[in-house]
Amino acid sequence: MVPLSYYVILSTVVFLIGVVGVLIRRNIIIILLSIELMLNAANINFVAFSHYLQTLTGQVFVFFVLTVAAAEVVVGLAIIIALYRGKATVDIENVNLMKW
Amino acid sequence: MTLVLFLYFAGVIVLTAVLVVASRKPVNSALSLLIMFFHVAGLFVLLNAEFIAAVQIIVYAGAILVLYLFVVMLLNLRAEEGYHKQYIVGLVVGLAILIEAVFILSRSGFSDRALPAGAPPADILSGNTEGIGRALYTTYLFPFEVASLILLVAMIGAIILAQKGVFDRPTVGAGFKPAPTDRKMD
Amino acid sequence: MVIMDALIPLLPFAAFVVIGLGDLFGRGFGPRAHWIAVPAVFGSLLFSLVAFVSVLSDGPHDMALYTWAVSGSFQASIGIHIDALTAVMLLLVTIVSALVHLYTVGYMHGDRGYARFFAYIGLFTFSMLMLVTAANLLQLYIFWEAVGLCSYLLIAHWYERPSAAAAATKAFVVNRVGDFGFAIGIFLVFRLVGSLDYDKVFAELPKHAGETISVAGFELPAVTLIALLLFMGAVGKSAQLPLHVWLPDAMEGPTPISALIHAATMVTAGVFMIARLIPIFNLSPAAMDVIATTGAVTALFAATIALTQNDIKRVVAYSTVSQLGYMVMACGLGASIAGIFHLLTHGAFKALLFLGCGSVIHAMAGEQDLRKMGGLKSRLPVTYATFYIGALALAGVPPLAGFFSKDEILYRTLVSGDVGAVFFGVGVATSFLTAFYSFRLIYTVFHGPSRVDPKVAASLHESPLVMTVPLIVLAVLSVTAGWAGLPIPGLNGIEAILGPVLSPGESIERDAGVLWALMGVSVAVALAGWMAARYFYFTRPELPVRLATRAAALYRLSLNKWYVDELYDRLFVRPTTRLADRLWRTVDVQTIDSAVNGVGGSTLAGARILRLLQSGQLQHYALVMMVGTFVILTVYLIVR
Repeated sequence: MVPLSYYVILSTVVFLIGVVGVLIRRNIIIILLSIELMLNAANINFVAFSHYLQTLTGQVFVFFVLTVAAAEVVVGLAIIIALYRGKATVDIENVNLMKW
Repeated sequence: MTLVLFLYFAGVIVLTAVLVVASRKPVNSALSLLIMFFHVAGLFVLLNAEFIAAVQIIVYAGAILVLYLFVVMLLNLRAEEGYHKQYIVGLVVGLAILIEAVFILSRSGFSDRALPAGAPPADILSGNTEGIGRALYTTYLFPFEVASLILLVAMIGAIILAQKGVFDRPTVGAGFKPAPTDRKMD
Repeated sequence: MVIMDALIPLLPFAAFVVIGLGDLFGRGFGPRAHWIAVPAVFGSLLFSLVAFVSVLSDGPHDMALYTWAVSGSFQASIGIHIDALTAVMLLLVTIVSALVHLYTVGYMHGDRGYARFFAYIGLFTFSMLMLVTAANLLQLYIFWEAVGLCSYLLIAHWYERPSAAAAATKAFVVNRVGDFGFAIGIFLVFRLVGSLDYDKVFAELPKHAGETISVAGFELPAVTLIALLLFMGAVGKSAQLPLHVWLPDAMEGPTPISALIHAATMVTAGVFMIARLIPIFNLSPAAMDVIATTGAVTALFAATIALTQNDIKRVVAYSTVSQLGYMVMACGLGASIAGIFHLLTHGAFKALLFLGCGSVIHAMAGEQDLRKMGGLKSRLPVTYATFYIGALALAGVPPLAGFFSKDEILYRTLVSGDVGAVFFGVGVATSFLTAFYSFRLIYTVFHGPSRVDPKVAASLHESPLVMTVPLIVLAVLSVTAGWAGLPIPGLNGIEAILGPVLSPGESIERDAGVLWALMGVSVAVALAGWMAARYFYFTRPELPVRLATRAAALYRLSLNKWYVDELYDRLFVRPTTRLADRLWRTVDVQTIDSAVNGVGGSTLAGARILRLLQSGQLQHYALVMMVGTFVILTVYLIVR
């Protein structure tokens, strides 16, 4: 049997890789992909706990996470397209109008 | 046996995750992500969540990732020149949190938790799909409906945002006045 | 009955309020203001007469209007208490105030601040009336300050003039010095007795006769200390040496108020206070000596200055200081009845003299210098006649009022004790000087060749009726008022009225021989002064100048008021302004301003740094979030 802690550690590692990806990359698309990484890590965690606690709640929640992730990607990409049309770049360092 | 499979899946997942974050070309990142999705689905199967595994592949790999690839192609993105200026700090922070998280986890008590004895409850036994379906339409009906609303909102938002003419760059000579930025606080 | 008593001060106050409100809201009453003020004060006069008659027949009135302060065991209320002394003061104040109101209608005609003037003299009359009707030290003090305030407001009536503003400030500040002592005296009274009501204080204070109060390590006799401190208030308010300096400068104000405030009423508040509180002063012979000496010195001192002044109002002002010295001296020698008698008669003829001066100044279109007057008697007949009567009364020529009251004081000095002769000598010398400068005024202003500027001479005219009628009334009073205090037993009204209040239980017996001899001396001295003035200023008018050059040092000393003002300037004014300047520079500008500006500056500096957090870069924000997470985890690890 695979101990639960392995799954949790895996999930943590993937999550932190996603975090680092958000912090490091300049391309907005890649940042969104890193966010997907984070969501997946959460999903792994949910399903692992669902299996180990013998309840379906975790899996149902994954279902909803999936839904929301899809919605978020859609809107996010639409925003990126609009941004690209306005500035012809997806480099996040140029998106700094909120600077003081 | 399960352990070997787990280790394989986990390893590939971590590797492809790193590739997603580290690749210079966006297409490479997207494709790495695809591979990761497949292996996550495999992990789900290992955890007796077959329906979720299937949904993962259909939705994530089949829809979301395709959408990403569409956008990458549409915007014709090239390879990136380099990482953000703060990449060292980012790596350090990530590493620090990882160490701390591992530390916390090792101190907690569930590493030795065994599977609960006794027969699993009825919803588990009747098969994953049926179980989830039953749960969705009884206990979690309200969130289910809300989720559908979320999808509706996302769709509307995407349509509006992607319209031509709303956020376009004004062409030169069309009475363009740059918005004044407030820089008086010196 | 009681309502009428309350109306005495409240009518002028109502006039003040109405005129004041008219100025605040709306266009104000302007030249119509006298229609409100004059009836109010005449009504006050009427009720004062009624109260006077009633008090004489029925006894004192008492009425508490309003409880002002209740604090633990201390209680004080504002009320009207009228006994014989208060009744005569009420008469004095209301008569003079009413006549001055009438006079003002003519004198201040066309002035921009006409309504404001009436408002303020209404307020002043109210304050003075409340002061004399006080039944406790608190009310006395409150309205003591109030009359000081009104004096300030009225001296600076033409406030655009820097000299008027400065004079008003000087009056107020010098008064304040006296009031400071007064207040501390009142505090000590409260500390010893526990109450500020007159009757309680008079009853309880004798029990503390032998006690001492420790001040900075010295043990001082309590009652003497209190008496001296209270006297300080009188020194300030009644312009005695050394706090006399404000009164001559107060002549910057319009002449009606010089007559009202600085001759008849406010400055007499000090003398009134001494008489009112005579039971306290009687407990301390040492204080009484100080009072008598101060009065005597002031009388002589001021008279010497009046000899040489060239401003017509200043002569009369120094004369007032001198006569106030007489009154204070009388009170200090235990003859407060005589002091009050002189206060009343002096109120009449001094007000007359001031209003007469005003009439002259009005005719001369604002000129006040004696050297530019002369020969006015033909052009200003009524003014001349009334002024003459005033001067006669001041000089103490019988049978006018001043003779009887001054004589009474001189008699009292003679019989007052071992050093009585000294005081008598001072009194006689001052009498001579008084007669001299009074007639100096007459001869230089009204007689002799005219030194008037031709432009002014063309417009010389007698004053209108509103101004001359008060002069005539005051002249009549100057003649007759003295007859109320004839030194003949049975005919002495003043003694009959004031005796029971001011010296209860004492029988005033007079030695007839001394009395008649004294009268002879007084008359002789007055006539001598008159003749001397006539010689110097009428017969041989070139003599004063020659005398002045021969005795130049003395002349300059007198002309420059014995340099008291300059002394004060060196001693007090300049160091204070220097200190204030230094404090302003270091404390206010360097410390406080820089602290306040520093707060602003440091906020800006901090903001300049914190601003850098807002880089606009999304990933900076994300980084900060992760750092925060890291911190939380660390804390969690450490705590658990």
